[in-house]
Amino acid sequence: MADPTRRAILVRLTEGEATVAELAEPFDISQPAVSQHLKVLEDAGLVAHRIQGTKRPRRLEKAGIQAIDLWLARLRESLEKNYDRLDEVLAAMKPERKEATR
Amino acid sequence: MNNTMSKLTLQTEGDTHVVVTRHFAAPPEAVYRAHTDPELLKKWLLGPEGWTMPVCINEARPGGAIRYEWTNGKGGGFHLTGKYLELEPNRRIVHVERMHLPDPTPDNHVETRFDPDGAGTLMTMRMTLPDAQTRAAMLATGMEQGMEASYVRLEGLL
Repeated sequence: MADPTRRAILVRLTEGEATVAELAEPFDISQPAVSQHLKVLEDAGLVAHRIQGTKRPRRLEKAGIQAIDLWLARLRESLEKNYDRLDEVLAAMKPERKEATR
Repeated sequence: MNNTMSKLTLQTEGDTHVVVTRHFAAPPEAVYRAHTDPELLKKWLLGPEGWTMPVCINEARPGGAIRYEWTNGKGGGFHLTGKYLELEPNRRIVHVERMHLPDPTPDNHVETRFDPDGAGTLMTMRMTLPDAQTRAAMLATGMEQGMEASYVRLEGLL
């Protein structure tokens, strides 16, 4: 879930089933690269596929994976990065601050 | 990644709100200042790696304007506008904000508290949970950002 590409694939699959080509197309990323990400997601039990001729359309394995979970995961990731940076800003401020009075 | 050190909690509150808490090893005065001083905000309120905030307007008074503009340096960017509603110096901030993607998202009403926690601060931020349509718009923006990050990573691997 931490990988932005895999998260983007999951977001796309919340809209419905898609082939590797369809998953790769909007992002201008190679199909082998997408296939590698899909393997990770399948191993994690998040994505499943079925055989349709020469194609293997992917779908979300669990109905519980909702766009809201992805949104919250991205919010968390963004906040964690921000607050890790804020830790450094606060550390740099320390020499100029007065002693806390409590 | 430094997840083992992560002190952030993030929980939904019903269908309408998100509550975030985070401990900081600095007193409330310092954390409050880092949330209201434009020069400090530009150092940390940046989201994904590689983004900067060339425009940071932050008028920390009731009715004061908020405007943040972010760019990824490659032609990508968006901005946020808002307004301060209430300020209790070093303790509490209430403000409203919206993202422009470029259409404005519904107003996000945010209350941020800075409570003493040992020698540091426990920050509690309660915000509006955007509706499904807004979340989809925000995720779409994130996809572009994510893809850029993955290109960088792929370049490093090849």
